[in-house]
Amino acid sequence: MPEPVLQVENLRKEYGPLVAVDGVGFTVPEGGSLAIVGESGSGKTTVARLIVGLERATAGTIRACGRDRSAPARSTRERRLRGREVQIVFQDPYTSLDPRQTMEDAIDEVLRLHRGWPADKRKQRVRELSDLVGMDSRQTRALPRALSGGQRQRVAIARALAAEPQVLILDESVAALDVSIQAQVLNLLADIRDETSISFVLISHDLAVVRQLTDEIVVMWRGRVVERGETADVLDHPQNDYTKLLRSSVPRPGWKPKQRVSMATG
Amino acid sequence: MTTGGALLELDGVTVSLPVEGTMRPVLQDVSFAIRPGEALGLVGESGSGKSMTARTIDRLLPAGAAVAGRVRFDGRDVMTLSGADLKRFRGEVAMIFQDPRAHTNPVRRIGDFMTEALRTNSGVGIQEASRRAVALLKSVGIEDGERRLRQYPHELSGGLLQRVMIATALLTQPRLLLADEPTTALDVTTQADVLAILSDLRSELRLAMLFITHNLELAAAICDRTVVMYAGQVVEVRESNKLHDQPLHPYTAALAAARPNIDATSHRLTAIPGRPLSAFEAPQDACAFTARCPHVADICRRGRPALVELDGGLTRCVRASELFGKLKVPLNA
Repeated sequence: MPEPVLQVENLRKEYGPLVAVDGVGFTVPEGGSLAIVGESGSGKTTVARLIVGLERATAGTIRACGRDRSAPARSTRERRLRGREVQIVFQDPYTSLDPRQTMEDAIDEVLRLHRGWPADKRKQRVRELSDLVGMDSRQTRALPRALSGGQRQRVAIARALAAEPQVLILDESVAALDVSIQAQVLNLLADIRDETSISFVLISHDLAVVRQLTDEIVVMWRGRVVERGETADVLDHPQNDYTKLLRSSVPRPGWKPKQRVSMATG
Repeated sequence: MTTGGALLELDGVTVSLPVEGTMRPVLQDVSFAIRPGEALGLVGESGSGKSMTARTIDRLLPAGAAVAGRVRFDGRDVMTLSGADLKRFRGEVAMIFQDPRAHTNPVRRIGDFMTEALRTNSGVGIQEASRRAVALLKSVGIEDGERRLRQYPHELSGGLLQRVMIATALLTQPRLLLADEPTTALDVTTQADVLAILSDLRSELRLAMLFITHNLELAAAICDRTVVMYAGQVVEVRESNKLHDQPLHPYTAALAAARPNIDATSHRLTAIPGRPLSAFEAPQDACAFTARCPHVADICRRGRPALVELDGGLTRCVRASELFGKLKVPLNA
């Protein structure tokens, strides 16, 4: 069996006395798609930040594309290499782009940094990536403030794809989008998966989106993995109590909201 | 519109706001009614005018707004209320928002915030106001009310703070609650808690509610009827239990089909091409949905359609009766 493109083992992250991530492990095969679900404070976003190197793990190992990335990169070259392998798209398309940079320049910068191509080749690739995410030439020359939330998120996705990463982490990347735009972006992501060998890690609280986009699922609760398996199987037959609660809390026609017996305090 | 016994009634409400020197429409001919105790859903995407509708009802429009049409609450014309009448009206119509943290003052205690309206508008003493606040906190599932009144907003989680907001809104004993995406920022499990509390209190107090959301499934699940808005216009009014299976407007059907299904895996979604229009971008002489509608025909471009009755609901589609029963897209198409 080939080595998985992403391998996380016994991951732990402490913030002072607080244990945000506690013994989390999973693997993602090449071309695979994994969901990490859980409520706010479950540690799912911390896991994403650890993988891309925005936080340093207290313990545990992270391997991506056959290389260890548990400790911070020790050279610029190493950091760039890691950036090329794993890219992330954040939730808020309004704060994840440079307000003074056009979409064209934002993508071009990534191509220059990670691929080192000559200008004409980069220009062609910018056009290809813009087409892929469904943006026209007028929009590619616009600054972020002239674009809608859905358009900005597509820019963020195009920019992440420009590095040709092996793994794309989507941290609630479609949560803030209008329903009709969300469907377009989800279809785009499905197409990209069909056409490349890219792997996805989707961090989400939206179980319908999770079902749409992933093969496997990890359910986190208070820093720990409480259930894992094939996405369809876990959603249709949840075993863990928290997963069951999560599943039954999703509104649908005929649904009657029920209060939990134990109240959250805080 | 026949609205005998309506608590709130909007009739042909059109609102324009000044943008860079020109008046831009944000609402176009919005009409609907809420009966006493009824839960009415208001669904739409960004720019559809759903929040602007709530702000128009509560008289919270920015300066310079031009309003035509009528808003009546319990028979009174809301647009001409002023002074003490307006204050009393705002006590009867309470509002809760998406982000409770943005609507509380971080340096003031929960108790100050909760009892302010009672103390300043109704002349209730601080001790009596606090006693009522504690009782209402209990009804939203917060047992240690006295302690909570002494706390600051940052000491409470989002779900807890939203329950405080609901209790605060209920302190003035309103008859209508305007809830603008009240659970969007909460986890789904917390959302279920908050909605269960709301639904219990509503039936207990016979409280009517306008529930604003972008989530069609949520509106259908908790509201008696649902209004669907697009580009500042009402395009459909429908009993919620018929919304998914027998939609009247192509936009409602398209919105339902575009959401991924939690019960079945599909490879592609039936996306709506293009993007949602704002009211000022909508064509004057055609249906606002023409550019994205899979059922568009020549007749759709011969003037803006009127809201017409069909199968017990209302729809702003000229082809509605011809398309009736054929709009539901099979899942995983």
